[in-house]
Amino acid sequence: MIDPQLLAFQALNGLQLGIMLFLMAAGLTLVFGIMNLINLAHGSLYMVGAYLAAAFQGWTGSFLLAALLAVPATLLLGVVVEIVVLRALYEREHLDQVLATFGLILFFNEAVRIVWGPNALFVALPEFLSGQVELPLGIIYPSYRFAIIAVGLAVALFLYLLIARTRVGMLIRAGATNRAMVGALGVDVKLLYTAVFGLGTALAGLAGLMAGPILSVESGMGEPILILTFVVIVIGGIGSIRGAFLAAVLIGVIDTMGRAFLPGLLRAAFNPSIANAVGPALASMLIYVVMALVLAFRPQGLFPARGA
Amino acid sequence: MSRVGARPLALWFGLALLLALPGLAALLDQPFYLTLVTRMLVFAIAALSLDLILGYGAMVSFGHAAYLGIGAYAVGILAFHGVTAAWIQWPVAIVGSAAVATLIGLVSLRTSGVYFIMITLAFGQMLYFLAVSLKAYGGDDGLTINVRSRLGGPLDLSNGSVLYYLVLALLLGLLLLCRRLVAARFGMVIRGAKSNERRMRALGFPIVRYRLTAFALAGTMCGIAGVLLANLTNFASPAYMHWTRSGELIVMVILGGMGSLIGPILGAFALLALEEALSSLTQHWQVYLGPILILIVLFARSGIYGVLAPAPKASDG
Amino acid sequence: MAEPLLAASGLIKRFGGLLATDHLDLALADGEIHAVIGPNGAGKTTLVAQLQGELAPDAGTIRFAGEDVTRLKPHQRAARGIARSFQVTSVFRDLSALDNVALAVQARAGHSFGMWRPASSERALREPARAALARVGLDGRAGMLAAHLAHGEQRQLELAMALATEPRLLLLDEPMAGMGTEESARMVRLIDGLRGARTVLLVEHDMDAVFTLADRITVLVYGRAIATGTPAEIRADDAVRQAYLGDEA
Repeated sequence: MIDPQLLAFQALNGLQLGIMLFLMAAGLTLVFGIMNLINLAHGSLYMVGAYLAAAFQGWTGSFLLAALLAVPATLLLGVVVEIVVLRALYEREHLDQVLATFGLILFFNEAVRIVWGPNALFVALPEFLSGQVELPLGIIYPSYRFAIIAVGLAVALFLYLLIARTRVGMLIRAGATNRAMVGALGVDVKLLYTAVFGLGTALAGLAGLMAGPILSVESGMGEPILILTFVVIVIGGIGSIRGAFLAAVLIGVIDTMGRAFLPGLLRAAFNPSIANAVGPALASMLIYVVMALVLAFRPQGLFPARGA
Repeated sequence: MSRVGARPLALWFGLALLLALPGLAALLDQPFYLTLVTRMLVFAIAALSLDLILGYGAMVSFGHAAYLGIGAYAVGILAFHGVTAAWIQWPVAIVGSAAVATLIGLVSLRTSGVYFIMITLAFGQMLYFLAVSLKAYGGDDGLTINVRSRLGGPLDLSNGSVLYYLVLALLLGLLLLCRRLVAARFGMVIRGAKSNERRMRALGFPIVRYRLTAFALAGTMCGIAGVLLANLTNFASPAYMHWTRSGELIVMVILGGMGSLIGPILGAFALLALEEALSSLTQHWQVYLGPILILIVLFARSGIYGVLAPAPKASDG
Repeated sequence: MAEPLLAASGLIKRFGGLLATDHLDLALADGEIHAVIGPNGAGKTTLVAQLQGELAPDAGTIRFAGEDVTRLKPHQRAARGIARSFQVTSVFRDLSALDNVALAVQARAGHSFGMWRPASSERALREPARAALARVGLDGRAGMLAAHLAHGEQRQLELAMALATEPRLLLLDEPMAGMGTEESARMVRLIDGLRGARTVLLVEHDMDAVFTLADRITVLVYGRAIATGTPAEIRADDAVRQAYLGDEA
């Protein structure tokens, strides 16, 4: 009934979306878990990463070079934002953080319009990734999207090693459990926070620059993915990287497959006019329904961080 | 924290100005101001409703604008199908808002703090996408409403002044109701839960049912604002429900001074006035609004009302 | 003892590797004042939290007035007549003292869906609140914001709130902590006056108060009840001497 090639294609797309969501969610959940800061402007950093990559690609003509420049550039911007705005917010209530970072969103959304104009930017697929790969079982998949998956998995591995196996990672884990103690041990907490925020920013920027060729680079592109990221974190459990990964893949797959196949399934089951009216709406609401169900039965998330 | 009793002279003056406004606007031949102030009054109602749960209950709902949309679309969709009688449209809007708020509240109130903010944001967006997907009713482009709600008799809402006074009357009436609410037993439970949830539970209060009720009431009130918005603009749009709108409502509450009822009303006026002023200066006004917002949060947290009525008044002994 | 008002059997509570409550049995007779003493870290507050419902024990049961309340949440136990004062003062800081106690009264005075009548105008709430404040000696402070009360006064307020709910069982967690001599003496008189009318579980470090007030004492060490008995029995108990009292008593 459903073409297996199509099924595999959409499943991989779901994985790819999941990987992007993971990159976003990892940064957001780290920042929240360690600094207790809710940062709505995380999506803006994603957007800036995409814009900067597009700009650099325009100047240098090379996607790779643009990517290599965009990540540190976004990181730098993130650090500036952290020092200028966010440091004052660490001690504040979450409501204040929400409002201030909302202000940042307004600022960034308009700022990119001022610099690059209101129209969406076009970012070309890099030459060497514009083809297709052949995967096991004879599945053909676009190289670029496959590269995203590969990069994302590599980053996931890197994060795991960083957090579980290095001294910095230990500081991060310690900071998550007891900020004051970490400071008392002589660690520069301010520096640690800036470093963690920088890491989150770099991940967001990376996600943004990778999204450039396949999504629209435009003002406000960060918010839809931010909200999906929130859903991922809620379902995965705040503060948990493992939870973020599993939930991100879950959400990515459910959302992608839902949008791809639900309307068709409804058309097969019900009369076309109803299916056409309800299908797309239901597909776009699907992950929120999933979120509601998870919250109904496990309010702390599916994979909460141990002891966090 | 309750400023239920404070009445500075400035507010009475403001009320007098509001009562005189349609006349003034006509005199100066500036109908634009009538529309602008009506809009401010509509958002004042929405901000007031949010203050109930945010200011008094510490429930930071980032999806509150969704109810503006529900109210607006109730009017719009029924009008689309030829039903323009207010006595049908408005109850539908009210019941719809109440029902949706209750459902969202049932799920969201199982969480608190940051989770709650994220989840209400997510549900708000869900409703936004739902509205966008309603192709039959305009989808992304929105739905034009040709005929305003028919109230019957001399109350012809197509007359801007009539609509204005109706909105003003509703705002004042709802303000009165809210004042009673926050001072009554129900309000004390909500305020107590905000002040010290642990203590409330230890005293024996089953908090969730009261919070859910407050959440539903706030959503319903915002739905009424949505009805009025649709009548003002002759338009229902998914944009009314976008999460940035919800953000703006929160800004109105904080800017005006949360937990004061009057404050958010002032905040609605102030924010819309600010947006109006900025947008007349530059097309890119949001690039200024963002930092202004940050500065307010960092340095003027108690809001306008905090400046007008600074000292907290202990209750009668 | 006749049917105890509160009976905890075999309570076990673990926090990771730490056994905070170790097979604890406790029975409170109706109307008695029962003190729980022990060194810091003995698990006294953990015990109180389990009795009140904030913490769920990993094993064991809690029976109150003949009913198994082990699975009930705090607000459900409060509705059945269990009141608690916290070790760290927990009042409504942004409300006046009178409003604080009035809320406590409101908890047991029917539903709270009243949306029109100001709570401050309800005599059914205000009068018992004033009475409770007077009982703890705070009637002069009724209109003051709880945040502005002195520390000792805030502890008194907390007791007033607990009393205002007309509980059958009062769980008092170090009510005299941080109080001066005079305030402590007043608190002792107050608690003494509750004997018979209410049942009190008193966690305290102030040994004078404990030995004055308690009908019986349970000694907790590392989550285990090492002795239960009258003050005289406890004073004489070797195990208790070694573990806790030393030369104090």
